[in-house]
Amino acid sequence: MGLEDKLFESLPDVVTVRLDAIVNWARKSSLWPATFGLACCAIEMMNTVSARNDLSRFGAETFRASPRQADVMIVSGRVSRKMAPVLRRIYDQMPEPKWVISMGACATSGGVFDNYAIVQGVDKVIPVDIYVPGCPPRPEMLVHAIMMLQDKIMKESVLDRRDTYHPEARKSQVPGTLPVTEGTALERETETEVAAGETSRPYSVPSKHEKRRSS
Amino acid sequence: MEMRSLVRSIYMTEKLHGYVEKLKQKNGEWVVSVFEGHGEVTVIVPRSEIVEICSYLKQEHGFDMLADLCGCDRGPEEDPRFEVNYHLFSTIHYSRLRLKVLLSEDEPNVPTVSTLWKTANWHERETYDLLGVIFDGHPDLRRILLPSDFDGHALRKDYPLRGYEPYSLNRFWILDFGF
Amino acid sequence: MSTLVQDIQQIGVLDQSLESEMTLSMGPQHPSTHGVLRLDLKLDGELVINVIPDIGYLHTGMEKLFEYKKYQQGIVITDRMDYLNPLGNNLAYVMAAEKLLDLEIPERAQVIRVLMCELQRIASHMVWLGTSALDLGAMSIFFFCFRQREKILNLIEAASGGRMTPSYFRIGGLMMDLPAGFERRVKQFMEDFPEALDTFETLATGNTIWQSRTKGIGVINREEAINWGLTGPSLRASGVELDLRKHNPYTGYEQYDFDIPTETDGDVWARFRVRMRELYESHKIVRQSLERLKPGPTKADAPKIVLPDRDDMRKHMDSLIHHFLIVAEGFNIPPGEVYMPIEASKGELGVYMKSNGGPKPERVHFRGPSFVNLAALPVMCQGEMIADVVAIIGSLDIVLGEIDR
Repeated sequence: MGLEDKLFESLPDVVTVRLDAIVNWARKSSLWPATFGLACCAIEMMNTVSARNDLSRFGAETFRASPRQADVMIVSGRVSRKMAPVLRRIYDQMPEPKWVISMGACATSGGVFDNYAIVQGVDKVIPVDIYVPGCPPRPEMLVHAIMMLQDKIMKESVLDRRDTYHPEARKSQVPGTLPVTEGTALERETETEVAAGETSRPYSVPSKHEKRRSS
Repeated sequence: MEMRSLVRSIYMTEKLHGYVEKLKQKNGEWVVSVFEGHGEVTVIVPRSEIVEICSYLKQEHGFDMLADLCGCDRGPEEDPRFEVNYHLFSTIHYSRLRLKVLLSEDEPNVPTVSTLWKTANWHERETYDLLGVIFDGHPDLRRILLPSDFDGHALRKDYPLRGYEPYSLNRFWILDFGF
Repeated sequence: MSTLVQDIQQIGVLDQSLESEMTLSMGPQHPSTHGVLRLDLKLDGELVINVIPDIGYLHTGMEKLFEYKKYQQGIVITDRMDYLNPLGNNLAYVMAAEKLLDLEIPERAQVIRVLMCELQRIASHMVWLGTSALDLGAMSIFFFCFRQREKILNLIEAASGGRMTPSYFRIGGLMMDLPAGFERRVKQFMEDFPEALDTFETLATGNTIWQSRTKGIGVINREEAINWGLTGPSLRASGVELDLRKHNPYTGYEQYDFDIPTETDGDVWARFRVRMRELYESHKIVRQSLERLKPGPTKADAPKIVLPDRDDMRKHMDSLIHHFLIVAEGFNIPPGEVYMPIEASKGELGVYMKSNGGPKPERVHFRGPSFVNLAALPVMCQGEMIADVVAIIGSLDIVLGEIDR
């Protein structure tokens, strides 16, 4: 009668499929973004969820207040130097698999604010998957970015996304990024490492995210 | 229509000059000089008397709201380098008066008016944060916009627009390049 | 014996820890702080003893940036300040520069400014109503509000090309005249909007849960409100009849017929009612401005300050030269200083602009209404429950972009 009947008439009981394909399909179909509104783009992000650009059509409307429950961080707006450590901490609190959309010109490159207060691109703090241009981008562009992210997720391997605890991964950072938190134990550790000559560029220890395939 | 607004602005400045006259009558030393422009009256007042002047204007002449308090840096080469502007506003007769205090670079201290208006608290903290003007007697004078470990005062003219190196990276950069 | 004494001591210690003050950090990443506001809440159980707002997480260095930009470039930065009311910011900045230049603005440009500003005020109040209702758990109002806001954003986009960052007002007039059919679209919106207002009244005003969450919460009295420098709807909710559109009129607001809604309670409910009634007043002003809209120039007659029309540039050498000079070198503004206050959707938005005679300002300071209104948050929150803090923040209608600048 329904679709199920038709399927079971024509298909066998067991279907073999690549694990990556089925896991990635499940992951991309229910992306839960973290509510991380910073500036102007946050209002457009809210607009994306609301009536006209219904983001739930793409399975990504469940905005979570807690980073522990979120998959996607939409960095919507300019990141100040005071906010950068907080941003990094929230990113670290998100469980794997996690992705980042840098929404808007300010998050992507600093935008018009090329000054002492703004981090010139959020990719100096956290790794970014999708960059969305515009100041602010239209809601349609954010929807497009989420669709692009879904395409990207389909190309990933499950092995890259193990949420196991790697001590070296916790300490590590992406090349050219700011230290995780300012004035914390982590920074002091790296400082001593630098003094001992163990690492020359403490802020550029290769991350486990670098092991990811770039699609 | 423009004529009407012109007439109104002249009428407003006359009214404002009345308050300046009252200030002069109360204490001749309170008014250092008076400027007028664009329908606004600016009174330069000595910095030690600012609390008394504000209190007098608030109690006697209905300037019950401090609309804005902002500092300005005239540049490192000027002698009274900093100025602090007090924009007084009255919710009774709706007129505005600007008081201005000039401060030298060596001694950027001015008494706080947060005892008179609680709204001055955050304005003064902001001015301290961005310009380094110190408000004596302020209950909680610490940085408000920038992080507490920020080096320097951002709105000073000798502070570069892009700042120095990202301040949390300062010492790492020095180590990295070997100087 | 000894064990019993130990037990009693332990119980005593436990009791003490329960009764003592607790500190809770709320934000900067929190869904109901309307941005990146951080609050240090000092709590006694659920009772709020004190609130210490910690701002600056969105500090953008705009005031520094203004000093490095030409006057006409600064308009772009003002858009990103109070991003719910960008046209109001544009207006304040532009009018400060015009006041320094003593520039006369044509009638049509002034009417269009009023029209656009009031539309933007409605849009800003829509976001306020939607988000503050969302904080209190009323989800559906949010969708209704954003639906109306979307219509206004479409209008603003039609006129200026930008949804949220229009930069529509320029020094000496407007970017360009309204597009064809704009008045018809505004009229269409104006006809539909009262129905939406009725929906909001039904969903929020008549809702008993909404009333019990808002009435008597976050009270600030008249004297305190003035002392803390509150402006706009937050001040009017405390019984002070102050609206700069009436009392320090600008852009020809004195010719419009509208009322100043005031309430006397000074609580969240009063602030909500004032804003709701302001929507009706804005609606009234938009109607009147549509009637006043007569054909005419939209740019002041100052060729060295106002960019020429595209057609003129193709035909006249002078216009081309002026255009080049304005874009490449900017225009000088005679030395002086002004403070230009306007009634933005959140309160008094003041621009202190100081010129030293060059093409770039020496100092531009924005007195953001949200900045001042947020400073009064501890007074309103003391003695309330922790869940009411969210309602109070929502009722203040703060925008962090304007607070941190």
